[in-house]
Amino acid sequence: MTQPPAPLPPERAAQLAAEFGLKPDEYERVLAILGRAPSLTELGVFSVMWSEHCSYKSSRVWLRGLPTKAPWVIHGPGENAGVIDIGDGLAAIFKMESHNHPSFIEPYQGAATGVGGILRDVFTMGARPIANLNALRFGLPEAPRMKRVIDGVVRGIGGYGNCVGVPTVGGEVNFHPAYNGNPLVNAMTVGIAPKDRIFLSAAAGIGNPVVYVGSKTGRDGIHGATMASAEFSADSEEKRPTVQIGDPFVEKLLIEACLELMATDAIVAIQDMGAAGLTSSSVEMAGKGDVGIELVLDDVPQREAGMSAYEMMLSESQERMLMILKPGREAEAAAIFHKWELDFAVIGHLTDTGRIVIRHRGQVEADIPLAPLESEAPLYRRPTAETPKLPVLDAASIPDPVGPEAALGKLVGSLDLCSRRWIWDQYDSMVGGQTARRPGAADAAVVRVEESLEKGGARALAMTTDCTPRYCAADPEEGGKQAVAEAWRNLTAVGARPLAITDNMNFGNPEKPEIMGQFAAAIRGMAAACTALDFPVVSGNVSLYNETEGRAILPTPAIGGVGVLEKVGQAVGLSLAPGLDLVVIGETKGWLGQSLWLREIAGREDGAPPPVDLAAERRNGDFVRARILTGEVRACHDLSDGGLLVGLAEMAMAGGCGASLAPALAGIPAHAFWFGEDQGRYVLAVADAAALLAAAAAAGVPAMKLGRSGGEALALAEGPSISVASLRVAHEATLPALMAES
Amino acid sequence: MKAAIILFPGTNRERDMALALQRATGHRPPLLWHRDTELPAGLDLVVLPGGFSYGDYLRCGAMAAQSPIMRAVKEFAARGGHVLGVCNGFQMLAEAGLLPGALLRNASLRFLSMDCHMRVERADTPFTGRFQRGQVFRATMAHGDGNYFADAATLDRLEGEGLVALRYATPQGEVTAAANRNGSARNIAGLLSPNLRVLGLMPHPENQVDPEIDGTDGLPLFESLAESFAAA
Repeated sequence: MTQPPAPLPPERAAQLAAEFGLKPDEYERVLAILGRAPSLTELGVFSVMWSEHCSYKSSRVWLRGLPTKAPWVIHGPGENAGVIDIGDGLAAIFKMESHNHPSFIEPYQGAATGVGGILRDVFTMGARPIANLNALRFGLPEAPRMKRVIDGVVRGIGGYGNCVGVPTVGGEVNFHPAYNGNPLVNAMTVGIAPKDRIFLSAAAGIGNPVVYVGSKTGRDGIHGATMASAEFSADSEEKRPTVQIGDPFVEKLLIEACLELMATDAIVAIQDMGAAGLTSSSVEMAGKGDVGIELVLDDVPQREAGMSAYEMMLSESQERMLMILKPGREAEAAAIFHKWELDFAVIGHLTDTGRIVIRHRGQVEADIPLAPLESEAPLYRRPTAETPKLPVLDAASIPDPVGPEAALGKLVGSLDLCSRRWIWDQYDSMVGGQTARRPGAADAAVVRVEESLEKGGARALAMTTDCTPRYCAADPEEGGKQAVAEAWRNLTAVGARPLAITDNMNFGNPEKPEIMGQFAAAIRGMAAACTALDFPVVSGNVSLYNETEGRAILPTPAIGGVGVLEKVGQAVGLSLAPGLDLVVIGETKGWLGQSLWLREIAGREDGAPPPVDLAAERRNGDFVRARILTGEVRACHDLSDGGLLVGLAEMAMAGGCGASLAPALAGIPAHAFWFGEDQGRYVLAVADAAALLAAAAAAGVPAMKLGRSGGEALALAEGPSISVASLRVAHEATLPALMAES
Repeated sequence: MKAAIILFPGTNRERDMALALQRATGHRPPLLWHRDTELPAGLDLVVLPGGFSYGDYLRCGAMAAQSPIMRAVKEFAARGGHVLGVCNGFQMLAEAGLLPGALLRNASLRFLSMDCHMRVERADTPFTGRFQRGQVFRATMAHGDGNYFADAATLDRLEGEGLVALRYATPQGEVTAAANRNGSARNIAGLLSPNLRVLGLMPHPENQVDPEIDGTDGLPLFESLAESFAAA
């Protein structure tokens, strides 16, 4: 019989519980489960496992509303990452995860360790990572500290991804004052594994060794998960732990060593040590496997002398993994990790007690029953308040103050539409030699699957991240729908068949009904779109309390989408070449509410956002994809931020080629026609519009011929002829000028 | 051609390089581990690929230059063996003294990942025989420390002896400051040993060998090598 650990004095325990973020009723549950006051280590375990970050206590009831199944889904939410079948006996494994709070405190390391963490979530399942993407939201560059944050985040993502040798191939960036005090860093990794060699985290086999591999444990990031579960405020400053420090070289070694061991059959279960480190990995692995676990912390590789059990269990030191091995396979596994010069230590074994027991220096430091730690975890259905609907704006009542030429020049240089080249140029997008469409070349990144090549195929994945936070703020349900639809559209626009998404739900304080209402509504919209588009959610992450001094970010349900192309050569980009007909697929009505034109040109952020007609979305997208796969489409671009003329300008700038354009449709004010953000639309460049228009008519898809490419300007029928070269100058100048070293 | 690629723990472009050599020669070269102390007999070419050898927290390539395998690579080069060092491999060649000069931080102090163009300065080497002199080709560069530096006397000697293999240039072949993104002395992108059997270059021609991925601008370099040894 195990001696129980020394409990804290009751008053001290209650006080610490509050400091660790446990609410009084949550602490009462701790006492009921243990039947006594907790030790310091036990209190640490409960507080991180029941933190918002680890327990999803405010979001879980809503997340259940998301569709997660499809015939091609192998593992949906609940594992380290989602797994889908992409053909050729291969699986794509992917997930997106936030590192918002650390990236604001220490931008370089916060962003770098965000990349490291999401990579581990993917290779822990047996996948070689083949692509990274990142969805970033910054405040205005003139806001305090913001340039340092932008620079540090970009350097951190590059510094980590470039060294581990995984190409960073895509992503998105928005700027808005709502992120001045709380930028968002959402990192996504996509990996490839044989579909019959997926590694899961459920521990099994009483007596089997528990093995620690990777970096040593230090005192960094203690209580990081708790920090990520609270708003920023002045009094949390001194309790704020140091941000973790990443070492991409060790991560690279860990990837190679894990994949080498995974090629054997020595591993029973494996999980990375992410948020809440050794605590969450050991508790979750044992809990999922319905077994007990006993750890001897003296055997944990330690970077510093004199670490306590509490510190080791709560440390978020990076580049560490926990594994359950088959008995007798320790020496074989150790040899692989030693070859890669990584620590390898047996730190415990599985038991039949259903408890987690932590020993250190001859004492029991924690002894907790696992079942109630999970089943009694708090679960809140917090009150919600609906976001009030905004009126639909009548485009005819909004005058055009500048005309299309000036508006286009300003829009292509605006923060949300300007070239992201300054960012991409710091990310190695080509390492691996499989990147067929790099950032800026197409609506989604396209990476050939090398493992498919080895099987005689040439299959490729298309990947994108999408969200339009200003739509989500105006109408969270339509915004959630739009985020999913745009990801689907971007995959479609390169010719890929969209398969599944990962979601990264970034919201404010869920204890405020209006924030919880945004969350619930966004989920409703996302669920509707996922269902209509056969585009299920297979993994995700929730980041709440994104507030500073009570001011919340825009609701930002970032969507990471993955699709497949049977042959990499089928992919099309957005770059325009001369001598092609331009055809718009989808209906243009001139929707100005929440458009970038309205914000940047008319100085207004109002009105209802454009609605997404999911039936039309599906019909238009399926039509476009089918046409791309016939080989007749030379370039394709979806129409989103900035509308039709901005989309055309992006194609023109990418190809260095102009176009002559037809006049705006009768009945729609010209500025609404050119800059409205109606959804479900694409521009296709084809040799001859007639066949395409006939096919569209036969399929009941709205289509119109918009013009023909050629020349060096976008020539509007209404008059102005806008030089592509001058647009490029405006487009390219913005970020370098803002970020120029002083 | 019998080629082998050296694998350091932080090497990350070994698969790219293997695919490029496979495309040119028809077979995939073996990987050699950094702790090996001898090279297999009968090798024609040793490749030091891109990456972050031992993390490169010290000067890039400095630790790799002291690794067990590098002693063997130096002996191989001294015996007249052919060595190709790309990116981190070029840094190692400089650190190991197989090529003169050093690769400093990029002039912008930022990692640069973008396409560049290089002008072929001589086409009479085992690495460049399939190019024409003056031909320009495109390649990806991806490095934080690619700013080639040597003192003026060394640079003059290199120029005089015709050991500059590749120079950063515009797509039209003009050697300009704007085309020299990392700030290299005299736009030097690739450098040869006096016997023309060691080539170090910063950009990655191995990323431009496949028409389905990003064109084949870099393929002639690998075909040149294959041809040199096929003839031998």
